[in-house]
Parts: sequence; structure tokens; C-alpha cells
Amino acid sequence: MGHEHKLSIFRGLVTFKSNTQKIWGVLLFLSIITAIEVALGIIKPAVLTDNSFLAMKLLNWIFIILTLVKAYYIAWDFMHLRDEKAGLRRSVVWTGVFLIAYLSFILLVEGNYIYDIYKDGFVKWEF
Amino acid sequence: MDTTITNNQATPVWNGGNKPLEASYGKMMMWFFILSDALTFSGFLVAYGFSRFKFIESWPIADEVFTHVPFFHGNYPMYYVAFMTFILIMSSVTMVLAVDAGHKMKQKAVTWYMFLTVIGGIIFVGSQAWEWATFIKGDFGALETKGGRILQFVDANTGDRLALRDFSTPIASERVQHESKNGIWFSSEKAHTSFNLAEVVAGVKSNDNVLIRTEMINEEGEKTLLSRAATLDKLQDAVQVVEGANLIQNEYGSRLFADFFFFITGFHGFHVFTGVLINIIIFFNVVLGTYERRGHYEMVEKVGLYWHFVDLVWVFVFTFFYLV
Repeated sequence: MGHEHKLSIFRGLVTFKSNTQKIWGVLLFLSIITAIEVALGIIKPAVLTDNSFLAMKLLNWIFIILTLVKAYYIAWDFMHLRDEKAGLRRSVVWTGVFLIAYLSFILLVEGNYIYDIYKDGFVKWEF
Repeated sequence: MDTTITNNQATPVWNGGNKPLEASYGKMMMWFFILSDALTFSGFLVAYGFSRFKFIESWPIADEVFTHVPFFHGNYPMYYVAFMTFILIMSSVTMVLAVDAGHKMKQKAVTWYMFLTVIGGIIFVGSQAWEWATFIKGDFGALETKGGRILQFVDANTGDRLALRDFSTPIASERVQHESKNGIWFSSEKAHTSFNLAEVVAGVKSNDNVLIRTEMINEEGEKTLLSRAATLDKLQDAVQVVEGANLIQNEYGSRLFADFFFFITGFHGFHVFTGVLINIIIFFNVVLGTYERRGHYEMVEKVGLYWHFVDLVWVFVFTFFYLV
């Protein structure tokens, strides 16, 4: 309680006059991102689905990056991590980020390995 | 040192007089609960990714599964989920506004914003229930092969999906569902599908425009369509009719897809449900003036953290289940 609110987002590019105004500004930003995601999901531009980067379609890269951007603004402005001490912020965010990154790396590699076994090994599952 | 040290502290550092990281006990514990809950959710989502990578060539395409909007007929992929996402973000906003009004000790404003947050949560849970009901009821119906693969049907002329009722040939039969009240009391069977295997097979054979669509995804990112000859050939593998989805069968494709749908959205929906209950409790506390007497609205802030977390998780579920 009684924290001062930091009213700038986008690294100081946009500064709001009050906390209430900031909330509406962030809502607008999040809504725009969601609208972009849904539009891309419905249109599925061929440029983005045909090309891939690091074995993933560009479209999926865009979805995941936009999701992380949304998550950032929800955590930083709605859950007001921006106003907390950096120590609290780091202990919550980095613990989660490291463990989740590790878990996804291990399990996705393993899933891909099993896919290869089903494809090239002597396992028949499509019958 | 600014990151951790609390300055200007009149009370002693030990004996509980100090708030580490300038966060109260309750708030910090809420943050660590959220962290552990986030790991549970990521466990679910990563397990989904694991199974999807395992069957990357035959995983159902979400756009073709979630195509319904209440009160409208037709094919509207994604619109309803986008609406649900927006509702949840909106209720997150009213929650922040409640926290903000709490900081300023405006009891009336907090009451209204908490009320709106509860309404948003109820709309979301209701939407999810509708989404489940639609998913369980099913759409077109399909056949399942001996290996558990799903065969769906497409009209060769238009390229549209065909429902079983569009082409199946009814065959007169006296076979009815066996219920325990009509025979041995400990034996019964599941409800019959609207057409049995023989009727669907006869329907495919007598209608030349019916083609089978397999689970396999081709190079264009679409499900593989078999030729008429291959369709009749593939038909021999079918062992049962599947309508709708449950934990054992799934007419949309891989069974794991339905399992993860129920577990992940169910677990999230349960969080929203408990969030609504907690918000209602806090709402009444605000109305009764509990926090006014206490002198601060930190409870609203802590519950708000939980509510935003539910929103945060939905953002990820939305991406990994519906978009990617």
C-alpha cells in the first residue's frame, strides 16, 4: 500500500497522467494485440505459414511473441509488478521463466524424438 | 542495494517489524502461490506440447474444431474464444480499477468494480460451459479404426464436411440400448450412436460423392483427402462410430486432444470459478465496510493478483490451444 505508481510504459515512450488512465491505456494495447492475433489466425497469410524460422512457422513465432508481450503487460501493469521492489519481481519472474523454459525444452525434444521413432522405427500406429 | 533493502524503517529489522521487499506477508505468499500454480499450468501445457509433437502429423486443427458461436449457425472459427478472451481481460481491468479505488479508500467505487469483475467472471465460466457442451455433443460424427484413428467425411463436389446423417442409410433393426432395468441388473451398455457402423458403411458405398478425410496433415497444412477408391478401401478398417468427444473417444481426431482440452480448460475454468467465489466474498466484505474499518484495502489487492493470474494463464491457453 502507498506505493508510488510508475506511470510510464514502453520504456518511457508513453507516460500517463494517472494510474486509472494507465489501466485503460494498457487495456487498449492488450485488445489491439488480441485483435491482431485473431485476425492473423483467421486469415493465415501464406507468407507466414509457408516460411519458417528455427523449424517453426513464422505465424507461430508471431503468436508466441505476442503472447509473451501480453503476459508482460498483464504482470507488470495489472499485477503491478512494475511498482514492486526489483528483488520481489526477479524472485517471482526468473524462477518461473527458467523452470518453464527448461521443462518445455526437455519435453518438446523428447516428444520430437518419439515422433521420429513412430515415423522411422518399426512401430505401426496408423491402421 | 535498492532492489532489496527497505530504507527509512523506524521499527527494528528483526522481530517481524520489517517487511522484506516492501511487500506484506500475505502479498508475498500470494506471489509465491501464483508462481507454483504457474508451474502446474506450464506442466499441463508442456505435456500438451509433448503429445502434440509426438503426433505432429496428425494433430487436430483447432480452427476446424472450435467453429461455433451461440445463437448463430455456420462456420465461425475463433470468434467466440476471442470474445471470451476479451471478457476476461475486461474483468481484469475492472479488478485493477477496484484495487486502484481501494488505494484511494473509495468504498463505493470498489464495490461497483468488484461487482463488475464478478459479472465478467460469471460470463466467462458460462461461456466455457457452453464451449464444453458443444465440444462434447460433437458436430459431424466420424468413424474410428482399429488403431484408434479417426476417419471423417467430405463431400467430393463441394469440399464441405459431411455429417453422418447426411449420407448414412438407415437399416431397420430391432436392436435397442440394453439397460440394466430390462435384463440382468449388473449389466448395461452405453447409449447408441445415431447411426451404427453398418448404416454408415452402407451410406458411404451408395453415395459416390462421399470421401474419407484422414487425420494426416499434408504439405499444405490440411487434412489428407482420400480418393474414392482409397475411401472404399479405408472403410474396411473402421470398427465403430464416434459422435462427439469424451475422455475415451474424440470425433475431431487424436483422443489426446480431447483429454488435454478437458484437463487444461477444465483446470483453468476451476480457477476462474474459485476466483469468482473469492471475489464474491471480498465484494460482501467491501459492502459491509470491513476494509474501511481495517484502514486499508490490501485484501482486494491480493485477490486481484489471483484474478489477474487466471487471466494471464488464459492468454497462454488461448495461444497454445487455439492459435498455434
